[in-house]
Formats: sequence, structure tokens, C-alpha cells
Amino acid sequence: MANKKRNTILFVVLALGLLLMFFASISLGSVTIPLKDVFTSLTGGHATKSTWEYIIINYRLPKAITAVLVGTGLSISGLLMQTLFRNPLAGPYVLGLSSGASLGVAFVILGAGFLPSFLSVIALSSYGIVIASTFGSTLVLLLVLVVSQRLRDTMAILIVGLMFGSFTTAIVSVLTYFSTAEQLQKFTFWSMGSLGNLSWPTIGILTFCVGIGLLLSAKSIKPLNALLLGENYAKSMGLNFKKARLIIIFATSILSGAITAFAGPIAFVGLAVPHIAKLTFQTSNHTILFWSTLFFGSIIMLFCDIVSQMPGFDVTLPINAITSIIGAPVVIWLLVRKRNFQ
Amino acid sequence: MISILKTSNLNIGYKSKNAVVTIAGNLNLNLSSGKLISLIGANGIGKSTLLRTITGIQHPLSGNVYLNDKNISTYKPLDLAQNLSLVLTEKLPPSNLSVFELVALGRQPYTNWVGTLTQTDIEKVQEAMQLTQIEHLSHKKHYEISDGQLQKVLIARALAQDTPLIILDEPTTHLDLLHKVSLFKLLKKLTQETQKCILFSTHDIDLAIQLSDEMIVMTPENVVQDEPCNLISNGSFAALFKDEHIIFDAEKGKFIVT
Repeated sequence: MANKKRNTILFVVLALGLLLMFFASISLGSVTIPLKDVFTSLTGGHATKSTWEYIIINYRLPKAITAVLVGTGLSISGLLMQTLFRNPLAGPYVLGLSSGASLGVAFVILGAGFLPSFLSVIALSSYGIVIASTFGSTLVLLLVLVVSQRLRDTMAILIVGLMFGSFTTAIVSVLTYFSTAEQLQKFTFWSMGSLGNLSWPTIGILTFCVGIGLLLSAKSIKPLNALLLGENYAKSMGLNFKKARLIIIFATSILSGAITAFAGPIAFVGLAVPHIAKLTFQTSNHTILFWSTLFFGSIIMLFCDIVSQMPGFDVTLPINAITSIIGAPVVIWLLVRKRNFQ
Repeated sequence: MISILKTSNLNIGYKSKNAVVTIAGNLNLNLSSGKLISLIGANGIGKSTLLRTITGIQHPLSGNVYLNDKNISTYKPLDLAQNLSLVLTEKLPPSNLSVFELVALGRQPYTNWVGTLTQTDIEKVQEAMQLTQIEHLSHKKHYEISDGQLQKVLIARALAQDTPLIILDEPTTHLDLLHKVSLFKLLKKLTQETQKCILFSTHDIDLAIQLSDEMIVMTPENVVQDEPCNLISNGSFAALFKDEHIIFDAEKGKFIVT
């Protein structure tokens, strides 16, 4: 029972860390705002300068909330995939789900010119982009699933994910030939990833999608634990495997699809965070992993966001660059440690 | 002695696009409580197909399998899991599961939607670990223990599932003689103490003859179920391997290479 005590302490630390990071992410940025004014703006009071209040409420707060949604969603979808594919290197980015979502978005942004004007308005709306992107990620996930049933090899599945990535890049570059400079710029900015620029209504849509994804993931905790012993044992313990797998796939697709639609393809978070959670808690029990991945996902995403803001400087780095700089070494380290893949 | 699993005129095999491959026909097997029953036969004879069919994974070509007098194909997955547990040969995927957590997974058919263990569940898990004598391994990770110990852990998991019938697929492969014997003795003890029925497939025929209550012998011609001594006297083992260099010595009850 020593473990239980240790876990409780860890969760308290994580909860405090999350609060701290959330507040830090709101307080730090290219415009320096005194802490006192940050507090008064957040609690509904009036800050010393009205521009500060505006920045906090309409820029930094939505961005921090987006970071939490993106971090938790991507990390949980990575956790689900790693157990479903029995592959420690699975994640929405590595398996090409983000590429699939990009392809969907590319078709919508770059291809909208081919549609009649009233349809292109619908396609370019937030809903249109979410649907296209979720559709793209589901499609890739299903393809990966088909391939993974033929190839049980860890590395082969990763290479297949890589191929989907190159394939989408190729299609996107073909599409760029037929698009205007304006469309191209829009797509390029989207593909660099960004947590900002989301209005409150779009955050509402994102929250809804991530909420559904997380609920379905929570429902999958018990099946995921059964799957730790492999498909056949899981079935022998009464698991309806096909149904469970469908729920897991849908949860992963909606999480990575919706997030990629709004924040762009964000690399490595989905792969690295579940491993950080597994290493910290030294367990495979998905009840614990679910919560710890939620916490770690939001903390790390908020941290990456703070770094990308470069507090004190005027520039903002693309979030995708930051997560790759932090995430890629984690993946290499995991590969080197492969002997003991847990 | 209660009959747990029965087959009536069971035909097993595969259906492919344009042909039906029958592996064994007209099987009338009867597995009863408190019995340790071994399934033997040469490689490729269809032991796995038989096990897959009587566990409901694969459909029979014809005939029926009855588990507790109910046709196995009518069981819902959860009901089946409360009546039949398995120990498979396949390697476990990598994970951080501890021995206790692994055995506790056997309680899945009984736990709530997140799999919370109640006091009863914990007692059942501890009881299973006591019976298999693996309590001292409780906090070890499943990849830290030896093959023999892991096999006991997997048996404990099946025991925790609390089913009248446990089926094991070649539980003694990869084990040395010492661990083979101790595993067989453990299975024997479990059938006597818990009145469960345990069916296992094996290639360790000499040991199976000495320790099983009943044996199912599969040959290309037929499938016979009987007590080992009867099988010896009616010459079933002699028909097991079609090779002039392997002869069954009925007096010693073992195979001899000439």
C-alpha cells in the first residue's frame, strides 16, 4: 500500500503543478503585465489598463485553455494507441493520424476554390474543418489498423505511418500548385501549429470534441487493462473486443482530428507524454495512467506554450517547433532503451 | 462428480472457400468436475482446433458443445468468461503489470465499468495466489520472474476468474523436468482441492499418463477419452505416432526409441 501513498502525493504535486503552469502561462508573454492585474482581470475586476484586461481575457486565457485541451487530448489519444497497437512508439503524429488530418484540412483550405461559393463558405467554417480533419485522421487510423493486423512488427507499423506522412505531404504539394497565395499562406500558418487565435465559440467546439473523446477513453479504461494481456486473453475475460476497439478508434480519431483541425499538426506530445506518465507512476494500470496522462499532457503543453512565447521578446515561435525540439530526443531515447520497452 | 462440458457428435475442422476440411469427427467428450484431463496427440493433429472449438472461439462444422448444459454458442462473452478461463501459450505483450495486477485482471468479468476491486475480489485474488504459492512474487513485475513462475501466475489468473472449467494450452512448454512435474502436481492438487475441471494439452505424455485422471488421445483415425490405464491396455498410445522407431512399452507406461 506504499504505492497508494506515493501515487496520492504525486497526484497532489501534479495538480499543483498544473495550477502553477496555467497561471504562469497567463501571466507571461511579450507584454509584461503585473501579477496583481492578472488576478483582477481573471476574477472579473478591472485591470489598471483596459488593454491588459483585453489581452488576458481574449488572448491569454483562451490560449491557456486551448493548451490544456490540446495537451490532454493528444496525450490520451497516444495512450490509447500505444495499448491498442501493443506498440510503445504509437502516437497520433508518428502513426500518421496528424498527417491524415492535415490532408483533410488541406483539401478544405486549398481546394475550397473548386467548390461553388456557398459550399466553400460551409467547408471553411470551423465545423467544416473539424469534420474534414476528423475524417482524415479516422481514415489513416483504419488503414494503419488494417496494416497492423498483417504486420505484427513494431517497426513495420511505424514505417507505414511514415509513408502516410510522405504521401500526404506529396498530395498537399500537388494541391498547392492549384491554390492562390492567400490560401497557401493560410494553410502554411495552420501547419506550423498554433494555440492562439481561437475565439471563444471555437474553443467551445474544441471542448465539446475533446470532452467526447475523453469520456469514451474513460469508458475504455477497463478494456485497455484487459488488452495488456493481449487480444485473446482479453476476449477470454469477457471483453467484446470488436466493440471496445471501435470505441477506442473513434475516441482517438475525434481527439486527434479535432485538435489538429484547430491547433495544427502538433508533434510528439501524443507519443512522449504517456511514457512520462508510465515512467513516473511505474504502472500499466490505465485508471492511474488516464489521470496522470491528463495532468502531464496539460502541464507539458502549457510549458511548451510558455517557451514558444519567449517571455520578454517580441517574437512567438511556432508551437510545433518547440514540441519537436523537446519530443524528438525523447523518442530517440526510448528507441535506445528498447531492450526494456514497457 | 458433475459433468461440466459435453460435446455431442462434434465435427471439427475448417471451412475454406470451396472445401470443408474435417480434422476430427463424431466427438463425444465429457469433462467432469474434480478431474485433471490431458489432451495429447502428434503435432498438427488438431489439438488447437479442438481446444478452439470447445472454448467457443471457433464454430464446429456440425454437432454441439454444451457448457453446463447450455450450448456454448449461445453464451454472452461475459457469461462465458464466468464459466471458462484460459491459459494460453502466447507471449504477453510488454507492460508494467505486477504479478498481483496480472492475477487481479482475472476478476474483470465481475468488476464494475472501471474495474474497481471489491473486498471479495481481493480475497479471491489472494486465494488464487495462495493455491499456486506465488504470494512472495506479488509485487514483482511480470517480466522479472522465471518462465515457471510466470506459468503459475497465469494459472493463478485463471483461478481468480473463478470458473468451473480451466483450459490450458501446452502449459509445460519451455519448462525443465523439475518445473514440469511441479506444474502437473499443482494442477492435480487444484482439481482435488477446488473440484474444478482442468483440461490441458501437452507433449509430455509420460508425465501425463502418471498424473492425469483421464486422457483424450487424438490420432488420425479417432479421438478416445478414457483413464490412462485403460488407454494403455487397449493400445491407444501405440497408435499415437506412426513411426517404426517409436514404440510404446505398455508395461513401463512410456515410449521407447529403438
